[in-house]
Amino acid sequence: MTTDQSPLIRIADVDKTYRRGAEEIRVLAGLSLTVQCGEFLALMGPSGSGKSTLLNLLGGLDRPTRGTVEIGGERIDALSDRRLAGWRARHVGLVFQFYNLLPVMTAERNVELPLLLTHLSKADRRKHVATALAIVGLAHRTSHYPRQLSGGEQQRVGIARAIVTDPTLLLCDEPTGDLDRKSGDEILSLLQTLNREQGKTIIMVTHDPHASSRASRTVHLDKGQLSAAAPA
Amino acid sequence: MLNWLSQISAITLANLKTLPERRGAAVAAAVGIAGVVTVLVGVLSIAEGFQRVLAVSGSPDVAIVLRSGSDAEMNSGLTHDDTRLIADAPGLARNAANLPLASAELFVVINLPKRSTGTDANVPLRGVSPAAFDVRGNLMMLEGRRFEPGKNEVIVGAGAARQFSGLDVGKTVRVGQTEWVVVGVFAAGGGVAESEIWTDAAVLQPAYHRGDTYQAVYAKLISAEAFHTFTDALTTNPQLSIKAVRQSDFYADQSTQLVGFVKGIGITIAALMAVGALFGALNTMYSSVAARTREIATLRALGFGSSPVVVSVLLESLALALAGGVLGAAGAWLAFDGHTTSTMNWQTFSQVAFAFRVSPALLVQAILWAAMIGVLGGLFPAIRAARIPIAAALRET
Amino acid sequence: MKFLYLVACNLRRKKLRTLLTLLSIGIAFFLFGLLGALKLALTGDVSIANADRLMTRHKVSIIQMIPISYQARIAAIPGVSGVTAQTWFGGIYQDPKNFFASMPVEPDEFLKMYPEFVVSDAHRQAWRTTRNGAIVGRTLMERFNWKVGDRIPLSAPIWRHADGRDAWEFEIVGTYEAARKSVDTSQFFFRYDYFDEGRGQNKGTISWFAVRVSDAARADAISAALDREFANSAYETKTEPEAAMMQGFAQQVGDIGAIITGILGAVFFTILLVSGNTITQGVRERTEEIGVLKALGFTNTLVLGLVLAESCLLAVLGGVGGLGAAWLMTIGGSPLPSLLPVFYVPTPHLMLGAGLMVALGLITGALPALQAMRLGVSEALRRQA
Ligand SMILES: Nc1ncnc2c1ncn2[C@@H]1O[C@H](COP(=O)(O)OP(=O)(O)OP(=O)(O)O)[C@@H](O)[C@H]1O
Ligand SMILES: [Mg+2]
Repeated sequence: MTTDQSPLIRIADVDKTYRRGAEEIRVLAGLSLTVQCGEFLALMGPSGSGKSTLLNLLGGLDRPTRGTVEIGGERIDALSDRRLAGWRARHVGLVFQFYNLLPVMTAERNVELPLLLTHLSKADRRKHVATALAIVGLAHRTSHYPRQLSGGEQQRVGIARAIVTDPTLLLCDEPTGDLDRKSGDEILSLLQTLNREQGKTIIMVTHDPHASSRASRTVHLDKGQLSAAAPA
Repeated sequence: MLNWLSQISAITLANLKTLPERRGAAVAAAVGIAGVVTVLVGVLSIAEGFQRVLAVSGSPDVAIVLRSGSDAEMNSGLTHDDTRLIADAPGLARNAANLPLASAELFVVINLPKRSTGTDANVPLRGVSPAAFDVRGNLMMLEGRRFEPGKNEVIVGAGAARQFSGLDVGKTVRVGQTEWVVVGVFAAGGGVAESEIWTDAAVLQPAYHRGDTYQAVYAKLISAEAFHTFTDALTTNPQLSIKAVRQSDFYADQSTQLVGFVKGIGITIAALMAVGALFGALNTMYSSVAARTREIATLRALGFGSSPVVVSVLLESLALALAGGVLGAAGAWLAFDGHTTSTMNWQTFSQVAFAFRVSPALLVQAILWAAMIGVLGGLFPAIRAARIPIAAALRET
Repeated sequence: MKFLYLVACNLRRKKLRTLLTLLSIGIAFFLFGLLGALKLALTGDVSIANADRLMTRHKVSIIQMIPISYQARIAAIPGVSGVTAQTWFGGIYQDPKNFFASMPVEPDEFLKMYPEFVVSDAHRQAWRTTRNGAIVGRTLMERFNWKVGDRIPLSAPIWRHADGRDAWEFEIVGTYEAARKSVDTSQFFFRYDYFDEGRGQNKGTISWFAVRVSDAARADAISAALDREFANSAYETKTEPEAAMMQGFAQQVGDIGAIITGILGAVFFTILLVSGNTITQGVRERTEEIGVLKALGFTNTLVLGLVLAESCLLAVLGGVGGLGAAWLMTIGGSPLPSLLPVFYVPTPHLMLGAGLMVALGLITGALPALQAMRLGVSEALRRQA
């Protein structure tokens, strides 16, 4: 979707304000960010600073109040809801802090969900699911339900679901936030592998400096603006 | 005990406070029950209304004499001599002029269009003797006057005047070759007679080629007890082949079949609906318990017993059901009570006008149904609430 | 099709709730089926009334008799291709509660007029040769355990012999079957000549004529001509199409149609609320999950469709179960043959039921489906945190 030279993500002068009754909260204030293809970017910042808000804009889950969001040369802030949904299905994989698996379905079926939106045959879908689950190291737990899996395992299923459509961009909101150190490390290694071996561009929100050290670059969000420098 | 009660009230109050958050489910359950109650009351009010008309029609001190073997006026026949013998029987009341209060009557059916639909309906046309008014005792002219003997004049019951077209005072009703002028409208204490058209039997006989025959004699007795003297005298008379029934029994019999049928159908439908509504109530109460699992577990952890939890869930369910029951009963009362209509009385093969009747007993019955649904709908969820494992539920989000 | 699994998963989430909802919908449609059958039983199936069959009766009321001599005059009216007489006999077997219709008819004319009564040639022949022979419907035979050859005494308070006795004796010479299931097979037919000879009064009169016209389109004109023929006579007539007469008769019982429609309205309103509420609740509980689906790229329309599919699936499963049960219950015949001889769910009513299932599914699902569709993704995902 893009050549290696041009940046994958270009956000320019983005504002995001929320209205809470009469009060307006300006969460993002004239924020700009450029991310190259193949980067593994850690996004840090205090709670409530707007990290999730920014990630949502990147994933096309929400729209900026002002400014442009361009990903792979496409202005996603200008897409209709319907086309945005299609764009998400093709180009991004989302990983959530609380995994957000559907409790009524097995791991396999959860991973298959995004593939339902493609024209793949049932057999092809099975193959893709098996591959994704093998990549995250869960080939042996395909028919377990989420509640039968540990937090780390559930997050791997979440990652498998994110990569099963082979998207360019992975957006992870505190993927290790709910995990112990060991499982968190395993998830981070997995993300690193995906970044290095499969060339996925990854943006990961985290509070944990240890996690951000695995990234190729770290940015800080505070008072609506980004800065590259580590906070005091 | 006091402690137990205060536990119940504490939990119930806590439950009811969360009711507004669950109002969708609560309203749905209550309205579901209201629906059941409305149908139950609506259908049974038809049966009650019909039954009432026939119940107020008969008095125990009036006897109806028919040819033996007949169970209705339609298939009975009495000669002039028969009617004379009947009028002379002991036990009969007499008027000031010492004439027996016995009315020899003819009963025919004519077709008139219903006001509501314009379709033809069978309307009873009764030819009566002069004593008929005193025999019935409850006839009251609402409009106009009584017919004059010997003339082609009719008076119509209030119910008939309301249900069928062309029966207004001053109008002429054409039956076959004969024309009848409507000269009055009468009430008869809400009884069957109000659905009839009356004229002089002596005029009706030639119009219907009946010669000098009748179909029934209505006889007023000196007392209800005199019935036996009266019948014994008639049945032992070898010149007569007749049977006598008390007017009250005669009409009560006419209503049993239709009333039984309508009640049977009404209760079957309402029972099926009640099962449907019960499932709705169960759903509501299960989700109510599910939504409060943690809260209930907390209360239990604080030392509340499990029976107050059960009772409080039952109380909530009962409260919802009663609210629905009262709503449905009130709605049905407003919608149906007094609604007038007419139906076929199969015994006379003609129309009886009646009004739907939502009696207090019916309302009580309906609310009892609602309470039943409420208790059943709360019972299983209450048991589930009581069985919540405290430790596990406390961890639940 | 591949999304069906998703829908099924959601229904399996709270099995008890799904089951209760299915059952309440099922009961609503079970009632719908039974009420349809009841309406048919009480009002008669107008669709069986042949458009070319008329009924001629005394103008004043059906209980007045008309002379059988009119038969020849009716037959002579242009456009009339057949005419036969029927009379209300009102026979009672043992107890007045054992009610069934009994009528004297002229066998050959009668069977020709009513091809829906199917009688074997042997039974027909026996009827022709047995003066007091009667042809009895199958359900009536079963009800009283009668067999062909039985001698059946009926009493008829309306029709007495000249000596005042009201006892009549008949020999069952055959049975009739129904050509269609809407035909009442609980009637008792016997010969007019036996009847006319035996009765003590009103000889030579009958209750009504069934008249067949050669061209149904001209039925109105022929009815008018027929009534004109007898105008100003001692026995004026009123002629109506068979269907009009059946409807008019049902109207006399009461506005059954309106009452049944009212009850059905109440049933459906109740069920709509009860099941609509459960479906809404079920969807509300999954707000985050729907948010996740949307985040994965499910479009708003797809989400809308999934929720509607869920509600429609519930309505159709429950509805088919309930209506099917009502259909099965009545397929073997009436559960109350003495009271409601014809009792089955008519096909148009089944189709209406199918339509109502889909409508119920769409209506109950509409609100939660729209809510799910409008749900903002970032908003939905925030709820879990
Ligand atoms: N839909 C909304 N309506 C109103 N305010 C909102 C909305 N979404 C987010 N906010 C506000 O915007 C701010 C940023 O929220 P956001 O979730 O992006 O923070 P965050 O950096 O991800 O925090 P955390 O580290 O705790 O996850 C917060 O003050 C939040 O209250
Ligand atoms: Mg956040």
